[in-house]
Amino acid sequence: MKAAEFEYARPGTVEEACRLLDGAAGDGKIIAGGQTLVPLLVMRLTRPSLVVDINRIAALQGIAASEAGIAIKAATRQADVLADAVIQHRLPLLAKGLRLVGHPQTRNRGTIGGSLANADPAAEICLIARTLDAEITARSSQATRRIAMRDFCAGAMTTALAAEECLTEVRFPLWRDASRIGTGFNEMSVRQSDFALVAAACQLVLDHDGVCRRIALGIGGAEASPVRAAAAEKRLTGTRLEAGDIDKAMGELQATLSPLSDVHASADYRRRVAGALAARAIAEARDEAKAAA
Amino acid sequence: MSQHEIALSVNGRAYRGTVPARLTLADFLREHLRLTGTHTGCEHGVCGACSILFDGKPMRSCLIFAVQADGATITTVEGLAPDPAALSVLQDCFWEMHALQCGFCTPGMLIAAQALLDRNRAPSDEEIREAIGGNLCRCTGYKQIIDAIKLAASRLQGANAPAGSITGANNG
Repeated sequence: MKAAEFEYARPGTVEEACRLLDGAAGDGKIIAGGQTLVPLLVMRLTRPSLVVDINRIAALQGIAASEAGIAIKAATRQADVLADAVIQHRLPLLAKGLRLVGHPQTRNRGTIGGSLANADPAAEICLIARTLDAEITARSSQATRRIAMRDFCAGAMTTALAAEECLTEVRFPLWRDASRIGTGFNEMSVRQSDFALVAAACQLVLDHDGVCRRIALGIGGAEASPVRAAAAEKRLTGTRLEAGDIDKAMGELQATLSPLSDVHASADYRRRVAGALAARAIAEARDEAKAAA
Repeated sequence: MSQHEIALSVNGRAYRGTVPARLTLADFLREHLRLTGTHTGCEHGVCGACSILFDGKPMRSCLIFAVQADGATITTVEGLAPDPAALSVLQDCFWEMHALQCGFCTPGMLIAAQALLDRNRAPSDEEIREAIGGNLCRCTGYKQIIDAIKLAASRLQGANAPAGSITGANNG
């Protein structure tokens, strides 16, 4: 399997990358880690005339933490984010999910922005960004804009990004009640680190009486894009997250989900597994928050 | 089609070449440099047979274009042994524990395992499984591979060699 011919450019700045994309008139593709794009190129599922390599743009590397949130530049390697002490301490849900993204070899090359920009339905990074209401920054030669994750994924391998835009950053807001926070991540795949058939991500806050004050629950792999379980979140807020509370909420989650059906798993299977994985993710997050008390 | 000049270090030797943009690093190593120890199995990032060390880290060479490796330091399976007539400690353990049958996955397995042992001299079974999790083997059932990596770890712990020479690699 060999890629079709293409032109290659390696700009040193985001401005130059955007100019190159403009010049390709909709037929340019950005390459960062290439862990999603190169398979698409060699299988000729995509045939851009120009590939713009952003790996050596210094402004697209690194992690910046502030009171309000953590910004991760697009071309930061997944392995570097996973190994980062700030991420492990302040964004533990992302650290949990990143361990299940591909393998050591692909995490060493693959980037945070690349996973988001390709928007595979099973991508853990998209799921966590959606669960935590992250925000994407995209640049073009004309403008810079911010896109909320709820508006970003537009279906399988499809995003709100225009062909001449470069994803430059993803910003994760930080929750205030950090001392009482708990996170849980769970997924089902054929083999460890294979694509998730279904994944569940949860972050929640307990008060001193063990009552859930805030919860975010996301499901990935089930539908074409990650979804938030809004009805289940609402039902669980104000409860002590006991088994009966979780069971009721999972019934609601399963009723609202419209899962994909493919050769790997039927829609019914995905619906049942989503409920089981979400219940485990909630329990894991609850127990972690209790232990932090 | 764009052609590009590249310069890179492979197994301690400097190379220059002119490559079309679409040439993968795996094909560059095999066809331009004749380093055919790096195997191409699936050619789309699933099997791990083409794993190499890119600036010291294990990566799949079929998912990197050669032009992107301009300026990089690469180690292939040919760079693991101290000289052409000898095996590295890890290679020796693979031989001793019968950690291969057909040998197709072996270069990738050795690279993945060497990368693990370079940063962790006493890996747990789980850490070994994680390190080779991206490498498919259809012969061994993996058990002998894990045994070989454990044996190599125990030998390297006892080697008491100066830092940097412990792997016996000639990759500088």
